[in-house]
Amino acid sequence: MKTKRLNYGQAIHAALTHAMEKDPTVFVMGIGVDDHKAVFGTTRGFVERFGRARVFDTPISEGAMTGIAVGAALGGMRPVHVHIRADFLYLAMDQLLNIAAKWSSMSGGRASVPLVIRAVIGRSWGQGAQHSQSPQSMFMHVPGIKVAMPTTPADAQGLLLAAIEDPNPVVLLEHRLLYNLVGDVPATPVAVPFGRAVVRREGADLTIVAGSHMAVESLKAAEFLAKHGVSAEVVDPVTLVPLDRDAILRSLAKTGRLLVVDSSWTTCGASAEIAALAAEKGFDSLAAPVRRLGMQPVVCPVSKPLEKAFYPNAETIAAEAFSMLGRPFPDAPAPELVDDFKGPF
Amino acid sequence: MSPRTARKLADVDLTLYRLMLRIRRAEERIVALYPSDKIQSPVHLSVGQEAVAAGVSLALADGDRVHGTYRGHGVYIAKGGDLGRLFAELYGKDTGCARGRGGSMHLTAPEVGLVGCSAIVASLIPVATGDALAEKMRGGGRVVCSLFGDGAIDEGVFYESVNFAVLKSLPIVYVLENNGYAIHSRVPDRHKQTELFRLTEGLGLRGRRYDGNDARVVYKTMSAAVAAARRGKGPVLLEYMTNRWHEHVGPGTDFQEAYRYPKDRERALRSDPLKILAAALARRGESRARLDAVAAEIAGEVDAAVAFAESSPFPRAESLREGLYVESG
Ligand SMILES: Cc1ncc(C[n+]2csc(CCOP(=O)(O)OP(=O)(O)O)c2C)c(N)n1
Ligand SMILES: [Mg+2]
Repeated sequence: MKTKRLNYGQAIHAALTHAMEKDPTVFVMGIGVDDHKAVFGTTRGFVERFGRARVFDTPISEGAMTGIAVGAALGGMRPVHVHIRADFLYLAMDQLLNIAAKWSSMSGGRASVPLVIRAVIGRSWGQGAQHSQSPQSMFMHVPGIKVAMPTTPADAQGLLLAAIEDPNPVVLLEHRLLYNLVGDVPATPVAVPFGRAVVRREGADLTIVAGSHMAVESLKAAEFLAKHGVSAEVVDPVTLVPLDRDAILRSLAKTGRLLVVDSSWTTCGASAEIAALAAEKGFDSLAAPVRRLGMQPVVCPVSKPLEKAFYPNAETIAAEAFSMLGRPFPDAPAPELVDDFKGPF
Repeated sequence: MSPRTARKLADVDLTLYRLMLRIRRAEERIVALYPSDKIQSPVHLSVGQEAVAAGVSLALADGDRVHGTYRGHGVYIAKGGDLGRLFAELYGKDTGCARGRGGSMHLTAPEVGLVGCSAIVASLIPVATGDALAEKMRGGGRVVCSLFGDGAIDEGVFYESVNFAVLKSLPIVYVLENNGYAIHSRVPDRHKQTELFRLTEGLGLRGRRYDGNDARVVYKTMSAAVAAARRGKGPVLLEYMTNRWHEHVGPGTDFQEAYRYPKDRERALRSDPLKILAAALARRGESRARLDAVAAEIAGEVDAAVAFAESSPFPRAESLREGLYVESG
């Protein structure tokens, strides 16, 4: 397959362009999709290319606009609704969880809602309490919505395309710190099926399950661990709904140890679900208790030292892994969080 | 009439000038400091909009309560929030008004009536309305002010809150600070009816539009609204027209961007609230020396505030878990 190198944002741009060219029912709406920042460049040039009828800014009315997107989907269109921060989805929960998620079942399968929600999640730079949340587990909890968390440009391109082709509502969470990540993607975008985890790195001593930006941090941790005699396998679920349970259990059977890292809180979170999977279906493989890492169970602070203690990173992931194996943290400089994100946006 | 009120009345214009200049100088300092990365938090500046914060704040009495937004430096300063604790908050220091936890978008100064600020658009409109409900239920006689932008009226909670406030005749003044944009979106891109104060007429909310760059106009009209609310006449909506000089978020300007109206820069400069008031003060015979003395005083205040922030300690990482709940008892 012919490939090219794109960053995460460009890959999303390529997938959206491809989908909109192929299917005239696909349209993009959301605050700022038509402005000069173009949502990290992902909708750059779309107004000129596809016209204002298919690419439009909306009033700041998340509840209604989500319902309007649901209605448009029921009416035969394929809306892609974009949110510059996932925190704003909390205003859209009624439409997403009471309507979109349930429509197919409530109608006895006679209709469904082919809706894509793109929302930006993520840490960084003093965003504080209401601009830093990762709500994946809220959507995982309610049957009827699919949830994807692309890590690489290839994931982003393939999953977005799959999400648009999917006849069901899909929430696609894009991490703010990933937009500049460069990687190979198919030259012509193709859909990547949901429900297939990716083993990002093979290892023998423990399994780290982590997605999105936490997969990137886990890979850095794994590299550090390898230098100090620990072989970690990193499994990226890529989609949380559906979840590739087999891949996780397979890796656990191989290593006997499981560390789950999530970009959100652990309580009732995606990491809790994966830990429960290990307890229910992987118990015999477990050589040690499962461990989890996520945001500390508090409201996200702005102050630097607090913010640093709030989020997991390569160093805390490595420390947890050493501890699981009963080994001391080596006397060596820990891997650093690569955070080239600068404000203000 | 308390001596404080008397003094205030005697010198309303000069007080407005002082409040506005304090906002302007503080924010200019933020712009200057920003490249140093000491302020590691997004900042939404109110330069150009000082008249609204000053006029509204001065019209409120001690004890009245304001609910603001992420664009909150102006109202924090005008309500009398401590300047040192503002800069400390921007620096993420333990001495900040929210102990470094909230940052620029979540300023709070309950000691001077600023209940709080939220970064979710329109989210405090119903909260302010509930605050007014409590006031009415307790018979306290205080007035609540809900401050928000032209983007906030896109949200359903605005209409739902207004409906309830009118229904219950609550002591609240809704202040719509119309700077023409919600991020990069112009008002006519979001509303057919661009006279925003009319949008809630059908709900029974009285509304008027005023020049939001003349602090005296803001002070006068807000004072009347506050007095009416205090007398039990129920809520009103005041729409103040003003200009945002900076980019939506961050220290830069973006007058060159396509989303801006071509004449924005000229209009902004022409309607500089500080120049307008300075001219009025000059007409009434205030000496240049007097205004220069105010400026010198404020420069000293800002220097001291920054020095306070610089020398304050960061919160200890171990304190991360503090403050999630308030201890009962
Ligand atoms: C519910 C919600 N949706 C979207 C945003 C992103 N956002 C932040 S500020 C803003 C514009 C608000 O404009 P306005 O109310 O006019 O206030 P201004 O910034 O002009 O002071 C938007 C859309 C948000 N913070 N909250
Ligand atoms: Mg505005």
